[in-house]
Amino acid sequence: MKSRKVASYGLFIALAFIFSYVEHLIPMPFALPGMKLGLANLVIIIAIYGIGLKEAFVLSMVRILLVGFTFRDPSTLLFSFAGGILSWVLMAVFKKSKLFSMVGVSIIGGIAHNVGQIIVAILYVKNTSLIYYLPLLMISGVVSGTLIGILGGLVIKRIKKYLI
Amino acid sequence: MKKNDFYLIGGLIFLIAVMYFFINLSKTEGSKLIITVDGKEHKILPLDKDTTYTIEHEDGNFNTLEIKDGHVGMVDASCPDKICVKHHTIHNNNESITCLPNNVVLRVLSDEESDMDAISR
Repeated sequence: MKSRKVASYGLFIALAFIFSYVEHLIPMPFALPGMKLGLANLVIIIAIYGIGLKEAFVLSMVRILLVGFTFRDPSTLLFSFAGGILSWVLMAVFKKSKLFSMVGVSIIGGIAHNVGQIIVAILYVKNTSLIYYLPLLMISGVVSGTLIGILGGLVIKRIKKYLI
Repeated sequence: MKKNDFYLIGGLIFLIAVMYFFINLSKTEGSKLIITVDGKEHKILPLDKDTTYTIEHEDGNFNTLEIKDGHVGMVDASCPDKICVKHHTIHNNNESITCLPNNVVLRVLSDEESDMDAISR
């Protein structure tokens, strides 16, 4: 591995970690399980377009592990992994399909994150009525996904030449 | 942004609206609260009596809930994120408050159970 690559991995993980921390500090007025701003997803989507799909996957998993043990309860790791993996898989598929721009891919990633978490939560607590959260979680996924996608596009345009 | 992005957003908003419509359609007032701990039924409380109840877990964690005027809310819990405490109170059929760290589900049901509940049992 080139030292340049090692350095950018470190930088991206640190950024994702800090964004998760900032997100943790912002109180959500309508708290629903799984509802988040998705700030950390900004780093992941930049990594997907800036460095590569595999690298973004590693980044996402390392972030979830770190955040799970620091700011959140480790028992929620299972849900975060489910959301993170489903989100990455769908973003990878739709990025390859070239059907959507970064905004579309980001929306899909945001919604997939929420849906993945809810599915595991339903299986875990054996309570199908959690499905009632889905529309609200999807709205939050669309709104934050759009903003993150636009923001990510702006960032990529400026930092692309410094990436690997 | 590509044109497809707008189609995606439009399609999703339509889908959400349809889901929301169907969920609101099936809304009826509930009459009892079912408390589930670790996937097992823990206790059933009637909604028409005001009360507070504390669920004590074997590992020392707790959840305190309150029933007031037919509305159920979590007032205190030992979990770190407190999502269940911040959750709005519930009183309609099939609404629920979930505390994932303590694996507690509060769920309001009416006396006649729907087909969906029978299947999920």
